[in-house]
Amino acid sequence: MTPSEAVLTHEHSAAHALELEDLEVVYRVRGRDRQVLRGVTLNVRRGEAYGLVGESGCGKSTAALAVVQYLPRNGRVSGGRISIDGRDVLSRSRGELRTLRANDVSMVYQNPGTALNPSIRVGRQVAEVFTVRGVARGEAVERAIDALKLVQIADPGSVMNRYPHQLSGGMQQRVVIAMALAKDPALLILDEPTTGLDATVEAEVLDLVAGLQAQLQTSVLFISHNLGVIAKMCARVGVLYAGRLVEEGTVDAVLQDPRHPYTVGLLRCIPRGGRRKDHGRLDTIAGFLPNLGEALPGCVFAARCGLAQDVCHTEEPPPHVLGGGHVSRCHFHERAQTLPREEAANLALPAIDRAREPLLRFEQLGKVFQQHGHSIHALTDVSAAVWPGETLGLVGESGSGKTTLARTLLGIIEPTTGGVTLDGRELRPRLARRTAQEVRDLQIVFQNPDSALNRRHTVSRILRRALRKLSGLSGAAAEARMLELMHSVRLAERYVSARPGQLSGGLKQRLAIARAFAGEPKLVVCDEPTSALDVSVQAAILNLLVELQAQRGVAYLFISHDLGVVRYVSDRIAVLYLGRLMELGPAEVVFDGPHHPYTEALLSAVPTIDGGGRDRIRLSGEIPSAASPPSGCVFHTRCPRKVGPVCEETEPPLTVVEEGHLMRCHIPLEELRGLQRGKEVVPA
Amino acid sequence: MAASLTAAQPSRSEASLARLETVLQLLRSKTFIAGNVVVLWWIFWALTGSRFTPHDPLAQNPLEILKGPGAGHWFGTDQAGRDVLSRVLAGARDTLEVAPLATLIGVVGGTTIGLVMGYFGGLVDEGLGRVIDAFLALPLIVIAVTALVAVGHSKWTLIVVIGAVFSPIIGRTVRAAVLGERQLEYVQAAKLRGEKPPYIMFVEILPNVVGPIIVEGTVRLGYAIFAVAGLTFLGFGVQPPAPDWSLQISDNYALLNASNYEWTVLFPGLAIASVVVAVNLIADGLQQVLDR
Repeated sequence: MTPSEAVLTHEHSAAHALELEDLEVVYRVRGRDRQVLRGVTLNVRRGEAYGLVGESGCGKSTAALAVVQYLPRNGRVSGGRISIDGRDVLSRSRGELRTLRANDVSMVYQNPGTALNPSIRVGRQVAEVFTVRGVARGEAVERAIDALKLVQIADPGSVMNRYPHQLSGGMQQRVVIAMALAKDPALLILDEPTTGLDATVEAEVLDLVAGLQAQLQTSVLFISHNLGVIAKMCARVGVLYAGRLVEEGTVDAVLQDPRHPYTVGLLRCIPRGGRRKDHGRLDTIAGFLPNLGEALPGCVFAARCGLAQDVCHTEEPPPHVLGGGHVSRCHFHERAQTLPREEAANLALPAIDRAREPLLRFEQLGKVFQQHGHSIHALTDVSAAVWPGETLGLVGESGSGKTTLARTLLGIIEPTTGGVTLDGRELRPRLARRTAQEVRDLQIVFQNPDSALNRRHTVSRILRRALRKLSGLSGAAAEARMLELMHSVRLAERYVSARPGQLSGGLKQRLAIARAFAGEPKLVVCDEPTSALDVSVQAAILNLLVELQAQRGVAYLFISHDLGVVRYVSDRIAVLYLGRLMELGPAEVVFDGPHHPYTEALLSAVPTIDGGGRDRIRLSGEIPSAASPPSGCVFHTRCPRKVGPVCEETEPPLTVVEEGHLMRCHIPLEELRGLQRGKEVVPA
Repeated sequence: MAASLTAAQPSRSEASLARLETVLQLLRSKTFIAGNVVVLWWIFWALTGSRFTPHDPLAQNPLEILKGPGAGHWFGTDQAGRDVLSRVLAGARDTLEVAPLATLIGVVGGTTIGLVMGYFGGLVDEGLGRVIDAFLALPLIVIAVTALVAVGHSKWTLIVVIGAVFSPIIGRTVRAAVLGERQLEYVQAAKLRGEKPPYIMFVEILPNVVGPIIVEGTVRLGYAIFAVAGLTFLGFGVQPPAPDWSLQISDNYALLNASNYEWTVLFPGLAIASVVVAVNLIADGLQQVLDR
């Protein structure tokens, strides 16, 4: 090796896996360039996992797309520099970019279902990663098998012969990750890789990625809105707001000692540490994200910041270096944590009198769907009750029957067995046969306000129609009630003639809530009402739901996969698995334990911001098919605490283990207490 | 009350801004503009009839039979000595009357069929689907000729028959769009406040599938012009001596065998082609903007 070569290789290895320098990206919308990234500078070191966090619309994905030069047609890099492994990306020709993408960068997207070609067998798609780089076909297949083994797919041979739709979401994402890692990339970009997955599967995939990252020393750019995931996966984190990196540092420094008001606000929005609705409301971040490309002469966060002074609106804060690689772009970074809190007024929640007749009671509810000659047992003997003013939380993985249960209660689906009573009166199974009073008593707030609101109807039309059908109001009376409703959900009057498309996600969900409350319902089903929203908006919506409960004494059936959210709003919690009720009890009891092994696994799957070395238990494998549920206890195939053959042979009955706490497990409560002791389970 | 109305102003203007945006996008589309220029040109001649044509389209002149295109008659004259240019210009009327009305009937019928099939699904969808399949298995001209022979041919039966034949075709497109909408939760929300099916179909779902319906309608208009031309050529449409384009072709095409009097057929043929192409250009422009 000549001296000059030595210098070159030295320089080469000193380069970071990814360097962004003053990166600016604009999108051309309606004939004008709108700035989306405003001078982002960051480095991903070799072998390091770097997290990029921020709410939707902040430019996270744009940054990732700019790195691989896959910006949409109307987007372009308008300034700055991108280099991967010390080599400039922006000056490359089309052909060179192809080589770059084929060899040096891998990207994993949120939805594995659309990342894989549905009409090509998995094996050929994985092998393609090698053939595109000139590896012979036979060898490529062998290397594909190795790649699948690496992501802990137990039977790569059979997976290779399947089509993507024949794999579960978690398995699909493993295949995508296998493809991404197969070429040993200089940089791996993960864009919300687990957002569409269940918490238990997410935990598995994250463990896998963390393990592989450490093993292969891959450099990773990890994009997520979930601070808990970032805390688990990354060493350093950058917080992006309105296209600017407002804070950067090690995960510990940023999450435990945040120095930018936006980071502080973001952390406070998340319901965690066992917070509940009866003591303290959630903090929110006032205002909205600035419009795309809005001119922001001062600090990008000034308009929403409780600490903003005049200087913040006029002068852009320089990056303040705080030591240990911690950087904050805030004029008053030393005061960031004194960001004023929202008034934490405790609400007087309605008292729940369980000696009274429950509002809604369902007994032995069962639902069997017939599909291609198979009987799918979506619900089996589910019984519970909801009292006036109470929130019953419903948790479980997807496919556990949560939504089927909610839709059966509402009358959208007819149950196969069992029945529902409301205020002591039997409800007809079909919605069309229920009385007007029964229809107005049970309402729903859907997960996705985009599809739950008719995009061609105005706010006023949506609300007035609901008032007409549910309260029989029209004319001036309806107008007055409509404004009252809008006021109670904090939807400004100026939106009366707006269409849903003109409202932000949070405002849309407020409108959907207003519609559900048009007929003074007694029980509202909330089907993942905040999972499509950003955390700051989620906090505001949860506050609103709790407020409406305090004012009107409405009961909620609250479905969510986010256990922190469920704990915050719920009085009691029901845990479903494969259509069966596994545990039912007061929220504190279910969360603090001793709990059912399935609940234990769900809780331990949640990545927390506070980290902590708590002993995780993992569920391996997929949720079994409801067409052929396992014998005995349906959970025995995945149970970490399985005691023996009894679990496989006899289905444990749902028994009262202590007052108000029901559980379906062969292990006695005291034994569970012993097994689970010492593991402080603090949910998200 | 007054306060709420004034407060409503900003968002109302936002709504109209969005509409303006769509219009502007259409105006920026070259295909849309080009199509409209041609169609407006023909609409002008359809409305004015023979008022501005250089000659009377019906006036026969035995002295100038089958003159080639030249100074006096730019497009030449036909076998009765009538000015071809004037007849082509005046001939726009019949086609532009029959084809849009027939398409309108097809759109109304098709929308209803599509909404019913898409919304109810199941047996209704299956049953109607089979009927439509059987219907579409026959060539359009065969169905139309049979119907026109059965009820007797006039302009109105032509309109109704073409409209009826188009309904199931448009219905299919609408059904596909409705199936997508039916999955959305606003339909469930409507059921959960006790709405009846007709309200959900026509008030909730219909406004959301207007885009595809407009596009499909415009595409069908092109086919309708073909259908009118074809049926008229066969003698089931407009009757002589009206200066209709396809009538001119059927009157004169026999001459093509005898000698080179191609202008008598060429110019009406070009006129038909120009309208069909223009309508399709408009459809393309609409599709790019509305079918996002």
